[in-house]
Amino acid sequence: MAKYIKENMNEDGVDRRGFLECMAWAGTGALCVLQGGVLNSFALGDVLRGKYGHVKGELSFVQISDSHIGFNKAANPDVTATLREAIAKVNALPTPPSFVLHTGDLTQLSKAEEFDTLAESLKSLKTDQIYYVPGEHDVLNDNGEMFHERFGKGTQGDGWYSFDQKGAHFIGLVNVLNLKAGGLGSLGPEQLEWIEKDVAHLKSSTPIVVFAHIPLWSVYPQWGWGTDDSEQALSYLKRFGSVTVLNGHIHQTMQKVEGNITFHTAMSTAFPQPAPGQAEGPGPMKVPSDKLRDLLGITDVNFLQHRHTLGIIDSSLSATGQEPSGD
Amino acid sequence: MTVTSRMFRIVMALALGCVFLAGIQKGLAARAAGDAPSKINITIDNFSFTPSSVTVAAGTTVTWINKDDVPHTVVSNDKTTFRSKALDTDEQFSYTFTKPGTYDYFCSVHPRMTGEIVVK
Repeated sequence: MAKYIKENMNEDGVDRRGFLECMAWAGTGALCVLQGGVLNSFALGDVLRGKYGHVKGELSFVQISDSHIGFNKAANPDVTATLREAIAKVNALPTPPSFVLHTGDLTQLSKAEEFDTLAESLKSLKTDQIYYVPGEHDVLNDNGEMFHERFGKGTQGDGWYSFDQKGAHFIGLVNVLNLKAGGLGSLGPEQLEWIEKDVAHLKSSTPIVVFAHIPLWSVYPQWGWGTDDSEQALSYLKRFGSVTVLNGHIHQTMQKVEGNITFHTAMSTAFPQPAPGQAEGPGPMKVPSDKLRDLLGITDVNFLQHRHTLGIIDSSLSATGQEPSGD
Repeated sequence: MTVTSRMFRIVMALALGCVFLAGIQKGLAARAAGDAPSKINITIDNFSFTPSSVTVAAGTTVTWINKDDVPHTVVSNDKTTFRSKALDTDEQFSYTFTKPGTYDYFCSVHPRMTGEIVVK
């Protein structure tokens, strides 16, 4: 059964208790659909078989994160194996994802052989396209040059970019470069200017998905879990009806809804980290080996109902089956 | 009488003067003897530099040792004075501080980690 850590959410017309109850089902393959501020849960299997015609999936993609290839300490001595399990899980989804997002920390030490192993492993991922953004572990010694060369072709500036899929607009951001002493993640003025221009021409009804490594909201600043200038970036997205922010870095799922913006962080495929303040520091957390796969996993995202509602489903490596209710 | 107190004050002044001069001479002698440059270690663990603030004499070599299970760096705030490569577990970085001053530094991977070296 997947484990979740929930952040307090703002009262904004969304039934809070219902949302939490609904999300608790998620690991067993339930889908939480936000329709006009009210949540309904559906068994994922039924949804994807088209049982509820009006919520048939129209665009689905997967987010994986924090594979940390090269890490080999006690918390998980074989991160390549758990990455392969995550890939198998993606490949076994009832609806193959149109593409996959990797939200950073592909490697542990930015080494060439680590990037090689990652690329090799992802070859078995059944999807048309993989989009990447770097984590701080991918840009250690060369200001991200190697990452940029391998995974940043066609990007702007230090590696940001956007693309459109089935009417939704996706924005990949880099917030792990040029970090300042005592600070958090940073987008920087050049990237902020680019974001403003990038969305300026879009209709407010366009669903927006932003993905970046470090959370774009203040999860736990004491541990560096936040971005100094994310407020400004989000201000350019205020007018849009649906904005989803997908991040990694913290190696656990956390969700927050603020007006039209849904923030969500993914589990790692490599090792878990403690909940905010529950340990001395945010480093790798060792758990009994039979519990490890409860805390690693993938995130499946489905856009539904003419792309105005979406379901985010986290499932751990240990979660079995996607169809709890038989047919 | 006047003689006594005045003499007393002269003697005291001389005495204090001698002590003062002796103190300076001792200090100079110590310097001249060429104290072996000292070394000091700073441990990196649990996303912190320990001790986070140290005061050392000019000429001291500071060595940072990473005991954490994630990589860290040691970078001066101005990013140019000193800058280590990424240190994996058990790797270390040394820098010899020759000029007095206060050197603030941080980990460029986890910038909330900060420390300072005060060089006298």
